[in-house]
Amino acid sequence: MIKRTVKNVSEALQGIESDMTIMLGGFGLCGIPENSIAELVNKKITNLTCISNNAGVDDFGLGLLLQNRQIKKMISSYVGENAEFERQMLSGELEVELTPQGTLAEKCRAAQAGIPAFFTPAGYGTEVAEGKETREFNDKMHVMELAFKADFAIVKAWKGDEAGNLIFKGTARNFNAVMAGAAKITIAEVEELVPAGMLDPNEIHIPGIMVNRIFQGEKFEKRIEQRTVRQK
Amino acid sequence: MALDKNQIAQRIAKEVKDGYYVNLGIGIPTLVANYVREDISVEFQSENGVLGMGPFPFEGEEDADIINAGKQTITTLPGASFFDSAFSFGMIRSQKVDLTILGAMEVAENGDIANWKIPGKMVKGMGGAMDLVASAENIIVAMMHVNKAGESKLLKRCSLPLTGVGCVKKIVTELAVLEVTEKGFKLLERAPGVSVEEIQRATEGNLIIEGNIPEMNIG
Repeated sequence: MIKRTVKNVSEALQGIESDMTIMLGGFGLCGIPENSIAELVNKKITNLTCISNNAGVDDFGLGLLLQNRQIKKMISSYVGENAEFERQMLSGELEVELTPQGTLAEKCRAAQAGIPAFFTPAGYGTEVAEGKETREFNDKMHVMELAFKADFAIVKAWKGDEAGNLIFKGTARNFNAVMAGAAKITIAEVEELVPAGMLDPNEIHIPGIMVNRIFQGEKFEKRIEQRTVRQK
Repeated sequence: MALDKNQIAQRIAKEVKDGYYVNLGIGIPTLVANYVREDISVEFQSENGVLGMGPFPFEGEEDADIINAGKQTITTLPGASFFDSAFSFGMIRSQKVDLTILGAMEVAENGDIANWKIPGKMVKGMGGAMDLVASAENIIVAMMHVNKAGESKLLKRCSLPLTGVGCVKKIVTELAVLEVTEKGFKLLERAPGVSVEEIQRATEGNLIIEGNIPEMNIG
């Protein structure tokens, strides 16, 4: 068994420096690597390019990095829930590259799967396709999109083992499962880290070969963005 | 009488057939789930990675790890499944999802749709809308016929940045049900008590009126 464990979050994030490109898993606040984001704030590195479907809220998730002006550029599909984000974007301090969500996911998956580019119909005929190669397949126009190139991917899983194998819970799988292994180095923070052999190999979502460093997060707030309920 | 938002959703629910996998957008489309007949089998997909979405959880049973694309806490029904974001859009692109219902700011008579960006205003992003409209075979737009300034949202050409080209098949508004055809918006049904002339006045794009236009049956 090849061990992928590291002691803690600070060891896990070693080597992340200013000006790097980092992928971060999660959808809204669901399944975000909270412990690693807190550590990125501590590290005080700047000029980051962050690939993440959303940009957090003002006081949680990637919003914490935005407040500290640590992010130079965001590559996302939807960024609506964050006032500081809006201010930095409108003032030109923050560069934003909006990408259709399915294209964003596939650009991660392509990187994970060693495919340099792919064609998708999403965005054809819109400003997203401007400057990109287009081609007809099966009587339909498609846009060529390139795989992401990132220095680090930081993902969050429910359970993991010493070998780096990951299991996600519910819709927290989202971008976490497609970013694992999609960068030069992948870091996984998990709610529960168990010895090798404790997870059923049949139930692994991401095999440990895609994960370079794994650690158990100290605490998970798991904040809910839109609490919607019905009465009994 | 023009329909309210719930009645628009109620009318669209009639388009949901037995055995359909359906993706609902935010806003009026979300309401459609409340009106789908109970004697048919339908599964709702949310592009953040769930099939078989159920109603909101009871208070105290919310789970931060189980949400929909609107980031709302949800539940799942028997037969549900979770998957990652790439897989989710894979099933959308490969047209496994039978019906997509979404809102729009503008629709053009050739089926172009604009619903993600107003130049000069804060742009939040397209989310999954561009992927959905580019791939779905069956797209119904749920929207108001005119904007707050009283201007038609059914146009000859969209004025706002496009989300997708030539993709909308059907539109349900507070005034009418329309089909997008090669020649323009074909009027299929009108809201109870709404005249064809009223719909004509509210439609900037080419409106095709053939024969007697029946009133919608909502209930």
